[in-house]
Amino acid sequence: MDPSDWSGEGFVANPFCISLAMILTNLKNLVRTWFLVELVRGLGVTSRYLFRRKITVQYPEEKIPKSPRFRGLHALRRYPNGEERCIACKLCEAVCPALAITIESEVRDDDTRRTTRYDIDLFKCVYCGFCEEACPVDSIVLTDIHEFHFEQREGHIITKNDLLDIGDRYEAKIAADRQADAAYR
Amino acid sequence: MMGALTSLWHSLPLLIQLGLKIIAILGPLMLVVLYYTYAERKVLAYMHVRVGPNRVGPAGLLQPVADAVKLLFKEIVIPTNADRYLFVIAPILSVAPAFAAWAVIPFSDTLVLADIDASLLYVLAMTSLGVYGVIVAGWASNSKYAFLGAMRSAAQIVAYEIAMGFALVGVLMVAGSLNIREIVLGQQGGIHQWYIFPLFPLFVVYLVSGVAETNRSPFDVAEGESEIVAGPHVEYGGMGFALFFLAEYANMILISSLVVLLFLGGWHPPFEFSPLTWVPGPIWFFGKLAVIAFLFLWFRATFPRYRYDQIMRLGWKVFIPVTLIWILVIGVARVLSPIHFVFR
Repeated sequence: MDPSDWSGEGFVANPFCISLAMILTNLKNLVRTWFLVELVRGLGVTSRYLFRRKITVQYPEEKIPKSPRFRGLHALRRYPNGEERCIACKLCEAVCPALAITIESEVRDDDTRRTTRYDIDLFKCVYCGFCEEACPVDSIVLTDIHEFHFEQREGHIITKNDLLDIGDRYEAKIAADRQADAAYR
Repeated sequence: MMGALTSLWHSLPLLIQLGLKIIAILGPLMLVVLYYTYAERKVLAYMHVRVGPNRVGPAGLLQPVADAVKLLFKEIVIPTNADRYLFVIAPILSVAPAFAAWAVIPFSDTLVLADIDASLLYVLAMTSLGVYGVIVAGWASNSKYAFLGAMRSAAQIVAYEIAMGFALVGVLMVAGSLNIREIVLGQQGGIHQWYIFPLFPLFVVYLVSGVAETNRSPFDVAEGESEIVAGPHVEYGGMGFALFFLAEYANMILISSLVVLLFLGGWHPPFEFSPLTWVPGPIWFFGKLAVIAFLFLWFRATFPRYRYDQIMRLGWKVFIPVTLIWILVIGVARVLSPIHFVFR
């Protein structure tokens, strides 16, 4: 027991009473120490956890649900008529904090500006989603694909064709996710 | 048939007989060690609300086999500045006593390799020798972490050895014998005869010292990974590490079996009536062994690591006085005849 604890008024008024309480507390502490009460209680806690339901997710077989806001692999989208959305405004390139996007553009035959090159370096990308926020035509998006890999050394740079391809393949999911989140934007 | 087998056995040369006996003990022991590591990972995982290894084989049962194969096929790396001879010999020094001690462990009344009169002393000697492996490994590695770990381990084992020895003194005062088989026979007749009751403080001291002696959590400062990487075996990989690993777990099982033999009645059933007496002795022995071995894992999952000075304080200032006082109590109780019946 800490000496400062029994410096109250009761100590002066009735020293016998306080010292008895002190002795009892000390005795209690002594018993608790020597019979390893705290340690046994700790063992009790772990033994309870031994029988608790396990929370491990067996990953490849089991997956937890993903938010529609999940920021995974990139994709470039098209309009329903098949025209690519991107107008090469380069806002995404400008906003990208990791300088992961490289864009080159030219004027197409129909006098519209389009990209000739749209590369994303997946090693540089931090998946912040700023490009998607900056895009005025909802062209560049981050899909919810997070299980991807590449097998060539250059594979970390994905080109315009790859991005459009991903966009074409997952358009339904991309549109559904945007729809689900639209109310909060 | 039995007669033919017996005569075949006696026709074998003595060395082959001995070899077969050793294999008969060490083979199952290795298997138990293998699956003790599996049990450890599973128990720890379950207490962490995880599921533990479950990929290799059904329910992960082949995981220890995979681990062993991996360790066997790894390259043996000897550091440039290491003392090559000592570096190689250290794991052997550590594993040999851990195995040799099993020679005198009785699995039942008759099932004991060497029924020698001073088997308790022999076991004490063998468990003490294990520290040389650790010290030599730390010295030969020529690495500061290994050396620090070895020094810690040495000081710790020496401190707890004394408490352990005194706890054994209490047991042999009560049993009146240094032969482990006779100590167990002294506990015949049911749970009330087990030495855990008259010697409860010594039981606790012996068990906790056993945990400290084998450098297990919460006394694992020798290889406290957050402080000194892996202690004496930082520089070891592959086979060398496998041997240290084997020694550590064999020692844990050895300490558990000693606790069972000295305090929990060895192969005797807890109650001497019919359904329990039908179960053969070795089964009782291994059952009790499993319970104590589980305690080691339970402790590891529960307690945080001791600070080094606290370990030393516990060993020298708590355990040794406790054992000494209890030895005195036993002595007085044995002298005073009215209480004499407690110890027969």
